[in-house]
Amino acid sequence: MNVIVLAKYVPNPNGMPEIGDDFLLKREGVEGAMDPTDEYGVEAGLRLVEKAGEGEVTLVSMGPEPAVAGIRKGLSMGAHGAVVVTDPALRGADALVTARVLAAAIGRRQYDVVISGVESTDGYTGTMPMVLARLLGIPSVTFARSLDVDGGTLKAERQTEAGYADVEAPLPALVTVTAGVGEPRYPTLKGIMGAKSKPVENLTTGDLGLTAGDLGSSQKVTGVTAAPEKAAGQIVEDDGSGAERIAAFLQEAKVI
Amino acid sequence: MAAVWIYADVAADGTADASALELLTKARSLGGDAVEAVALGPGATQAAVTLGEFGASTVYASDDAVFAEYVGDPAAHVLESLVAEHHPSLILFATSYTSRDVAGRLSAALGLALMSNATDVSGPDSAQTQIFGGTRIVDVALEGPEPRLVLVRPKSFAPEPSGGSAQVVQVSADVPEDAKRVRVLAKHEEAASGPRIEDAKVVISGGRGLGEAGNFALLDDLAASIGNAAVGASRAVVDAGWVPYSYQVGQTGKTVKPEVYIAVGISGAIQHLVGMKESKRIVAINKDPDAPIFSYADLGIVGDALKILPKLTEEIRARKG
Repeated sequence: MNVIVLAKYVPNPNGMPEIGDDFLLKREGVEGAMDPTDEYGVEAGLRLVEKAGEGEVTLVSMGPEPAVAGIRKGLSMGAHGAVVVTDPALRGADALVTARVLAAAIGRRQYDVVISGVESTDGYTGTMPMVLARLLGIPSVTFARSLDVDGGTLKAERQTEAGYADVEAPLPALVTVTAGVGEPRYPTLKGIMGAKSKPVENLTTGDLGLTAGDLGSSQKVTGVTAAPEKAAGQIVEDDGSGAERIAAFLQEAKVI
Repeated sequence: MAAVWIYADVAADGTADASALELLTKARSLGGDAVEAVALGPGATQAAVTLGEFGASTVYASDDAVFAEYVGDPAAHVLESLVAEHHPSLILFATSYTSRDVAGRLSAALGLALMSNATDVSGPDSAQTQIFGGTRIVDVALEGPEPRLVLVRPKSFAPEPSGGSAQVVQVSADVPEDAKRVRVLAKHEEAASGPRIEDAKVVISGGRGLGEAGNFALLDDLAASIGNAAVGASRAVVDAGWVPYSYQVGQTGKTVKPEVYIAVGISGAIQHLVGMKESKRIVAINKDPDAPIFSYADLGIVGDALKILPKLTEEIRARKG
């Protein structure tokens, strides 16, 4: 059971991101980390390999120089190795370009399952995994809140607008996972120490045989403006009359 | 500009999803040669009547079960053939789970620009999105071969009927075996009783500040006292397993725009704001006076939700008599 887990390095996932003069998210000189949503992917991947009793979890990441530091978290959790694609030409890459790069990196390997988060914390386009699956020529099982592999079949509970659906797809397959797949394990001290000596392959787009034609994004940000600000509301400390105030507000809004 | 298409989400009972009507209303304003819709899956032909009333002159439809039985691929395959035959300039999709799959696979197959989270569209060359909880508006230029694909956030446009009617063109559901891979075995409903969260006049959402899952009962009681109210949740508590995913309001969950939105014990992460900030009025209850949600609230009460909620329910019952 060989599992590829997509891991993205994102700038300060818990803070307020910043926009640079080129309208792109500032990624350099900003403290970052592996996208917290990818920790669920790593956890799900490790569980599949543990259940199978054989195989490896390999992290695949595309990002700026510090991305290597970002994926350390995944390696300390137990992933066996990583592939990181870094190239200045990839700055501002859209979902299609990102998927082409990841497909080239993943396509050179032998794998059974590719796991991704549903969407990243910084760009949250939520389409890159499906684009990637199509480029790899494999099925994509999206929004999985649980997954399991049984023989050559991936089984998952896929979230829907009204609840969930039981779905299955033949391997190899890509699956996007939500937090439902299980709480990510904390890295152990041994894991953290061991992460430093795990194999990390650094690649450029040239190494992957990609050309300028593959890397031109079809979306460009042409402007960022401040949205009209909403008038400040009334914020009051509850002195025991909070409930009454809300009830009066609801009555004024004619909803009760 | 050639035709503007919308990809319509339809239900087996023949209902067109509200998002499809929103997209059609927008599509009519873009000045394309025609406004047309694609509807695939059981109920599509019947839904075409509604799609026509909201401005689709032609609906490419198939009621075949293959589109419901297999996720994404069959629809993407048929769309690919339709695009090759008719050359639209732009295709608008709703940001729903399955439409994202369809749009993503179509983008990869034909090398097309695919923009996510659009809040406005001006044509095949440009669209807008919002970032940082709606505090910034971003203009995006779309390039490359047509059609350009745009996934639009729900409730970005108010649907208005055009009074038209659609010609229905039945399309072939003949898809290759390798498009039949992600198979739906069974569907399960987890929605709460009462009005749908997208349609309710009042939405009351709970977050971590409620302390524990059991306290969601206080929100249910409040919703019952108001009537036409639904209960939602932040991602944090859905991830923690307190309530099903169908409750989630936010970027990955539902987008709501009720008369009044009541955020209880929700700090107001960007992720959540995206799904509710367009509500007509916002009330927030939170212990932390610095919670970002208060910047969006028309009325904010800094206090203990567990004390305020039972009193509020009682107060509303008293006022309603």
